[in-house]
Amino acid sequence: MAVSLREYRAKIKSVESTKKITRAMELIAASRIIKAQQRANAAAPYARELTRAVSAVATYSNVDHVLTTEPEQADRAAVLVITSDRGLAGAYSSSVLREAEGLVEKLKAEGKQVDLYVSGRKGEAFYRFRGRSIVKSWTGHSDQPTYEVAKELGQGLIAAFLSGAAEGARGGSAEQLSDAFPGVDEVHLVYTRFRSMLVQQPTAVRLLPLEVVEGVEAPAEDEVLPLYDFEPSAEAVLDALLPQYVQSRIWYALLQAAASELAARQKAMKSATDNAQELIKKYTRIANQARQAGITQEISEIVGGVNALADAQAGND
Amino acid sequence: MADFLTVELVAADRTVWSGEATMVIARTTEGDLGVLRGHQPTLSLLTDAVVEISPEEGPVVVASVDGGFLSVADDRVSILSEHALLAEEINVDEARTELETARNLIGSDDDAERRIRRAEARIRAVEKAS
Repeated sequence: MAVSLREYRAKIKSVESTKKITRAMELIAASRIIKAQQRANAAAPYARELTRAVSAVATYSNVDHVLTTEPEQADRAAVLVITSDRGLAGAYSSSVLREAEGLVEKLKAEGKQVDLYVSGRKGEAFYRFRGRSIVKSWTGHSDQPTYEVAKELGQGLIAAFLSGAAEGARGGSAEQLSDAFPGVDEVHLVYTRFRSMLVQQPTAVRLLPLEVVEGVEAPAEDEVLPLYDFEPSAEAVLDALLPQYVQSRIWYALLQAAASELAARQKAMKSATDNAQELIKKYTRIANQARQAGITQEISEIVGGVNALADAQAGND
Repeated sequence: MADFLTVELVAADRTVWSGEATMVIARTTEGDLGVLRGHQPTLSLLTDAVVEISPEEGPVVVASVDGGFLSVADDRVSILSEHALLAEEINVDEARTELETARNLIGSDDDAERRIRRAEARIRAVEKAS
C-alpha cells in the first residue's frame, strides 16, 4: 500500500507541473491574441482603400491586365498553405491541412498539376513526411507575421504566375522563364479565417487570376465610384496596384491565420489545463483512498494483535 | 461639399495619420501634385518621397512614403504606401548612415538607388518638418 501511495503522489506532482506549463501557455496565447486582433484591425484600412482603388480602376477602365486574365487552359496550379510553426494548438494545423488536401484532390481531378508552397513548419513537416515535394516554404513567423514576409510570398507567387502566363502565350512550352519558381496558371490560398475566439474556419480561395471586388471589405453597394483620372496612365496604375492588392490579400490571410492559431492554442491549452485539474482531482482521491486503506489495515492489525495477546493471556490464567 | 478634405495616410500595417486637412502635397511619378478641396477624382502613383498634409489647424504634417498611391475622390484623400513614416518618427542619424551605405553600394547592388531615394526622402521629411 505504501508503495502505491508514493506512486500516486509522484503522478500528482507531475500532472501539477504539466498543468503549470499549459496554464502559462494559455495565458500567453490569450495575451497575444489581443495583439494579433489589433494588428488585423490596423491592417484593415489599407486593405479597404486598396480594394476601393482596384475596384475603381476595374470599373472605369477596360484595361486587361495579365494578373486578371484567365489563362485559356490551366494545367498547373500553385497552392499556398498557411499553417503554424508550432504545435499544441489543437486541430489548427491538421484542419487547415485537411482543407488543403481537399483542394489539391479537386485540382488533380481537374487534371491540373499541383505545386505546393507552404508557410509554417507544421505544414512543411506534414508534406515532407509524406514524401511530397514542396516548391518553397517559409517558416519562423506564423504567430507574428511581418509585412515583409507577405511581400516575399506575394512576389514569389506573382513571379510564378507571370512566368506561367508567359509560357501560355508562347504556346504552352514547358520551358522555364525564370530560375525562381516553375510557372503556374492559377494560384490558390488556403488559410484559417478568424471568425471569433471560438470559431476559426479553414478557407480556400483563388488568389490569381484575380477576381476583383470580391474584396476583404468591399465598399458599400450604394457608394457610387466617381470617374477617376489616372496618372500616369490606367495601365501603369493597374500595374503597380494589382501586385500590391495580391500582397495585401496574403498579408490579411497571414494576420487572420496568426489570430486563429493563437485562438486555437488558447482553447487547446485551456482544455489541457482543465484535464490536468481533473486528473489531479482523480489521483488525489485514489491516493487518499490508498492512505485510508493503509491506516485501516494498520488499525485492524493492531486490534488483531491486541486481541491475540489478550486471548493468549486469558488462556494462561 | 465638405469644408475640408478628409485625409487618410495608411501604411500596410497601420493608419499613420488621419484627419481633416486643407491641402495635401505629394510627389507622383509625374511630378508634385497638390490637392485642394474639390479636386477631380484622381488615382496616381507616388514615388519614394515626402508627403505634406496641412491640417485644419496646427503645424503641417510631414511624412515620408516608400512608393504607393494617392487617391482623391469626393474630397477624400487616401495615401497608401507599404511603409510610411511621420517626420517625428524618423531617425535622422539612421537615415544618414543608410544613405552612406547605399551610396557605397552603387554599381554592386541593384537596390542601391532605391535605398538612396528612400533615405533621402526621410532626411528631407525631417528637414521640412523642422
